Amino acid sequence: MHAIEMRRIVKQFGDVVANDHVDFTAGAGEIHALLGENGAGKSTMMCMLSGVYRPTSGEILLRGEQVRIRSPKDAAKLGVGMVYQNFRLVATLTAAENIVLGERSSFWRGPNWMKNKQREIKGLAEKFGLAFPVDRPIWQLSVGEQQRVEIVKTLYRGAQFIILDEPTSVLTPGEADQLFETLRTMRAEGKTVIVTTHKLKEVMAVADRISVMRKGKMIHTIDKKDTNERELARLMVGKEVVAQRDLPARTPGRTLLEVNRLEVAAEHGRKALDGLSLSIRAGEIVGIAGVAGNGQKELAEVLTGLIPWRRGQIEFDGKPLRNASVRGAIEAGISHVPENRMKSGLAGSLGLVDNLLFKSYRSADRARLGFLRIGRNKAWGQRLVEEFDVRTPGIDTPVQQLSGGNQQKLLFAREIHHDPKLMVAVHPTQGLDVGATEGVHRLLAKLRAEDKSVLLISEDLDEVMQLSDRILVIFGGRIVAELGRGEADREIIGMYMAGLHGAEEEAI
Amino acid sequence: MSKIQAASALPLEPAEAPRRRRFSYRIEIDPSGTRNPWWITPLSILLALVLCGIFIAANGMNPMTVYAKMIKGAFGSSFGITETLVKAIPLLLCGIGVAIAYRISVWNIGAEGQFLVGAVAATAVTIWFPALPIYGTIPLMVVFAIAAGGIWGLLTAIPRTYFQVNELVTSLMLNYVAILLLDYFVFGPWKDPKGFNFPGTPMFNDAQTLPALGDTRLHFGLVFAIVAVVLYGLLVKYTKWGYELRLIGANPEAAKNAGIPIKRHILLVMLISGGLAGLAGMAEVSGVSHRLMYGISPGYGYTAIIVAWLAKLNPIGLVVSAVLFGGLIVGGYSVQTIGLPSSISNMIQGAILFFLIAGGMFGKFRLRRNA
Repeated sequence: MHAIEMRRIVKQFGDVVANDHVDFTAGAGEIHALLGENGAGKSTMMCMLSGVYRPTSGEILLRGEQVRIRSPKDAAKLGVGMVYQNFRLVATLTAAENIVLGERSSFWRGPNWMKNKQREIKGLAEKFGLAFPVDRPIWQLSVGEQQRVEIVKTLYRGAQFIILDEPTSVLTPGEADQLFETLRTMRAEGKTVIVTTHKLKEVMAVADRISVMRKGKMIHTIDKKDTNERELARLMVGKEVVAQRDLPARTPGRTLLEVNRLEVAAEHGRKALDGLSLSIRAGEIVGIAGVAGNGQKELAEVLTGLIPWRRGQIEFDGKPLRNASVRGAIEAGISHVPENRMKSGLAGSLGLVDNLLFKSYRSADRARLGFLRIGRNKAWGQRLVEEFDVRTPGIDTPVQQLSGGNQQKLLFAREIHHDPKLMVAVHPTQGLDVGATEGVHRLLAKLRAEDKSVLLISEDLDEVMQLSDRILVIFGGRIVAELGRGEADREIIGMYMAGLHGAEEEAI
Repeated sequence: MSKIQAASALPLEPAEAPRRRRFSYRIEIDPSGTRNPWWITPLSILLALVLCGIFIAANGMNPMTVYAKMIKGAFGSSFGITETLVKAIPLLLCGIGVAIAYRISVWNIGAEGQFLVGAVAATAVTIWFPALPIYGTIPLMVVFAIAAGGIWGLLTAIPRTYFQVNELVTSLMLNYVAILLLDYFVFGPWKDPKGFNFPGTPMFNDAQTLPALGDTRLHFGLVFAIVAVVLYGLLVKYTKWGYELRLIGANPEAAKNAGIPIKRHILLVMLISGGLAGLAGMAEVSGVSHRLMYGISPGYGYTAIIVAWLAKLNPIGLVVSAVLFGGLIVGGYSVQTIGLPSSISNMIQGAILFFLIAGGMFGKFRLRRNA
């Protein structure tokens, strides 16, 4: 008998099949890794276990009994707890208050109730090696601490089956190791721990059994001792991990961007960028590798004028860049593929033409005397849509009805059209399928061939390694290493990303 | 706002199959509401009339008779039609004002107050410069009224822009300030000494009065309203500025990425929004009541919110719904003769807004037959 058994699970969202007859089992006292690329259907599977989604068809058995999980509340009653990628915590309440939230108790709790609860929670947390201040409001805690609150929340509610969705994506390597220790303690307690991830190293470090999913299907379940990273990678991507993209060798031109000891403030008096320096030459793709939250976002925002910098200089194309001016950046020739295209790159309810006009509507070609040249813009939009092969029912269709790949093509059409000298591309292939990803990579390579530069910021190390002429590793708000094309090695980059090579070796 | 991740609701189920197979329908959610069907609006109006009909019937009247009487009163005679249009003028001007703010999701519910300060400012011209000729007075009244309404709008926009103060609260509260301000003047320094203690200013002279159109009560304010709605239509649809508003309304985050200064736009839009309501106030004192007096607005500024909502911010829709609601006010007066209170029209207004908003919400759901 398995602790958890999911049989022939199908989940459809409209016409999209997220899970296609997936079987999944996990035992008690086991750490089970659910491995797969972004969009493989891992999270969807787990959301059905935790009651967020209901399966279109299929059965779920817990401890051998068939169950119906209709809501997260049902799931909690059955002992299923999930730690979501985006935490569900109330920022203004304390950690302890968040954990007891929703608990039934008598109306009159008395003066010592919360004290006792705090003690109880603290004890529980310490037992599993999860230290955090129980009496401080959530907004004052670090992301790692917030995650611990989430984990303790599930434990406090008596969860036997604990699901963690991409738990390490927000953690530093040290915090991740600590988390793994906690998971092992849970295993020793006889709990079932499921971790969804796409990071092979973690899987090998912590899991007992591994299930690999790809494109909504279960590919294979295997014991860790019978496999290795190479095999898992092959199972996950369906073929050997592709090596570097074949880019024609070319000598980079003049220096285009020169960033000198840049300092950007973050919240709580921290520094998001702490004396960061880098330079980019014309016609090269420079990749930024790093664990999320080490200043990548701020680097992109400061270059595109969205946030100001405090100290340091940015020189672009021989001229100083205006501080915190989006228009300054646009006019200087810096284009931007933002991290989340629907959140900040496109206006979902508007049509294709309006979305294409974002950066060029001020030009004489698109508007005259304050009036948009509507007919002309429509024809222009139509041409761009065809040139970039955006598949759409019509030019006025709201762009939220397009697929992710087509949205991204539209965004690239806009950003490339205004003839940038530098493109700052942040996670440009996030959430895209293989074909669309390939298309984006081709566009970036084409920019390079046209003597334009690309600053590629991506969490996907493979992508960075495939495309970049140079790889810069960012850690703690500064560049800690530079590796040329060819000398890039996953292991070395990983060490720098984890901050293991100290600052004394700071490159550049 | 704090940037850390706060608790968020669980993701809504985008598609859900019912457990019981014999129902071959499922409910789909379309959170964007982009495909909201056109018939939601007429259906809302119909449902509002049915609901109010129940109340009318409970008062011992036949709803159909009452509605027929209202329609006849508002649109059945040339007097009714001109009265309806007279009411439609402030509704349209205020409606455009709030609509332009709603386009960028600034929820100005202070048109009433902006209307009133506009009326006060226009009257101030008549008090301070009593002897100006008409070509001096009327333009000066217009300028004063627009400026006053605009400043009233800025009083909401500035805290919203720089201190994240919710504009719903400030704009609503400022309405009461404006009412009291008006009361102060008409009960106090500006009260007509020959007015038998009536809370109002002296009657305006001919130079301070907007010319009537022909031999009716309809006045030149109609031209203001028509010009304003045409300009509004052109601006939002065909200009760069309208495009910027569209972008801010659709996705402020993306607008920021396009280099659009959102704060400046909010300030400008509230200045215009308040200015239009202020102009409506001027047209009302100078064109209709010919004096500033206590209770000058029967809630035009509030009704304008419904006008804008019903029109879905569309310029032609604004004209239609302003006339409709003007008719509703006039129709409300005409049923007083059969013993119903004229506040019946307020009830219908409220019910229409209620069903419109509910309809907009339910419009996000689709009932689909399972394949």
